[in-house]
Amino acid sequence: MSEAILRYENVSLSFDGEPALRNVSFDLLKGQTAIIFGAAGSGKSVLLKLATGLLKPDSGEIYLFGQEITRLREEDLFPIRAKVGVLFQEGGLFDSLNVEDNVAYPVWNQKGRQNGKLDPEKVHDRVKEALRFVELEQTLEKFPSELSGGMRRRVGIARATVTEPALMLYDSPTAGLDPITANTIIALIIKARDTKNSTPIIVSHRYQDGHLMANFRYNPQNGELEKAPHDSGIHENTTFLVFEEGKLVFDGTQEELESSTDPYVSKFKAVKS
Amino acid sequence: MLDLLKERVTSFQDFIFLSGRAIRNIIRRPHYTGDVLMQMDIIGVGSLPIVVLTGFFSGAVMGLQMSRALAQYGATGQMGQIVAITLVRELGPVLSSLLVAGRNASGMASELGSMKVTEQIDAMRALGTDPVQKLVTPRFIATCVTLPLLTIIADFVGIIGGFVVAYYMLNQTAAQYWSTAWRSLVWNDLAQGLLKPLVFAMVISLVGCYYGMQTKGGTQGVGRATTQAVVVASVWIFILTFFITRIFV
Repeated sequence: MSEAILRYENVSLSFDGEPALRNVSFDLLKGQTAIIFGAAGSGKSVLLKLATGLLKPDSGEIYLFGQEITRLREEDLFPIRAKVGVLFQEGGLFDSLNVEDNVAYPVWNQKGRQNGKLDPEKVHDRVKEALRFVELEQTLEKFPSELSGGMRRRVGIARATVTEPALMLYDSPTAGLDPITANTIIALIIKARDTKNSTPIIVSHRYQDGHLMANFRYNPQNGELEKAPHDSGIHENTTFLVFEEGKLVFDGTQEELESSTDPYVSKFKAVKS
Repeated sequence: MLDLLKERVTSFQDFIFLSGRAIRNIIRRPHYTGDVLMQMDIIGVGSLPIVVLTGFFSGAVMGLQMSRALAQYGATGQMGQIVAITLVRELGPVLSSLLVAGRNASGMASELGSMKVTEQIDAMRALGTDPVQKLVTPRFIATCVTLPLLTIIADFVGIIGGFVVAYYMLNQTAAQYWSTAWRSLVWNDLAQGLLKPLVFAMVISLVGCYYGMQTKGGTQGVGRATTQAVVVASVWIFILTFFITRIFV
């Protein structure tokens, strides 16, 4: 663990006079995992959009990789954003590009920015590897409209992780999926965290997602999840944040969440695995 | 009333900002040459058949209409001149631009609008790409290059249309038609005949992209953006052609 990879300081944002976030402050350190819970409209997605500068706060400061981003111009944000992986709620895939081009997009984009030359053959290999990671190698030629919701999100994960970013933002990765597919998605997020050394932030409303993230790790030998041993540090490094109507009402570990007596916070521990 | 005015001023300001960024991006890295070529194919090659057809028949119909008026003065021999001047100065640029506005301003608004409402523009920004650089600038460059070329083709095919009427229906000689057509055109005609499509190309691409990027409210919003883009671009073409003509006349 070292410096804060993402830091919010007294961040507030309103839309047409309606507050979406109120005075939110928290730190996310490198190697930590953040699980963000909250009811619909509690400001979870807005929080993620602020992290990459897609929205600007009305007040407060946001530090991404140690750099204050709220006053940066859009042009100056692009190189910083390229270091963050984002999975949008519905995958956010470009529907006019096939799966291969979608996943290759960040690779070409990064190279275009650095004005470097890249061998298309090597890009193809990287794309295949990223798709193998989410077990969707066979879909290279398919278009997003031909995939199921779960597959689209898996391709979204492949696209977000292909450049191996230090920070990964997952906006409701399991929303609207059946429990089996949802668990597959969370397993992939854990795999990305453990094998690619990324710091994930997961927005969710399922307790199960947070529980898996906080207690399980990826076993590269058999390719499955296993209970993380106590000394692995995974449990201690997973922090839970709960939002209520734009306010951060809880920030702590899984045990603290479970022992909370706040009626709103308790709603997110009700369905235990 | 004040709110309505404020809204108009704000959207005009947004349009100017978008235009400024799109134009500035022409010289900034990264350059999306592949996208520019693809848009040139869609806008230029894609519009070629309708521009050729419209150009031909507008030249031909002008020949027919003018034949009666010219006959009154015994000046049917001047057919080539009338057709060439009208087409090169006015009809070629305006008709081609209206066709491209109908085909491509709508296409740009609906494509970008759909991307906006399905969060693909946000995804693009999040992946570290400037959507203006990636989506607007290539369309701007492609329209500015192809529309003047389409206009030249429309002008030429239109003059051929006028010739077909003059030669086969009004029994003029080919030499008479072509020599009057050729001699009547001066640099002034060519200058305004090429300046107009260039200005209209800027308007069409920027208006189409602006309405696309501003789309709100799901699929209905996409439909609204598409209609607005075509209407606004077409109206501006008529307004601007008047002012450009005013400079040259």
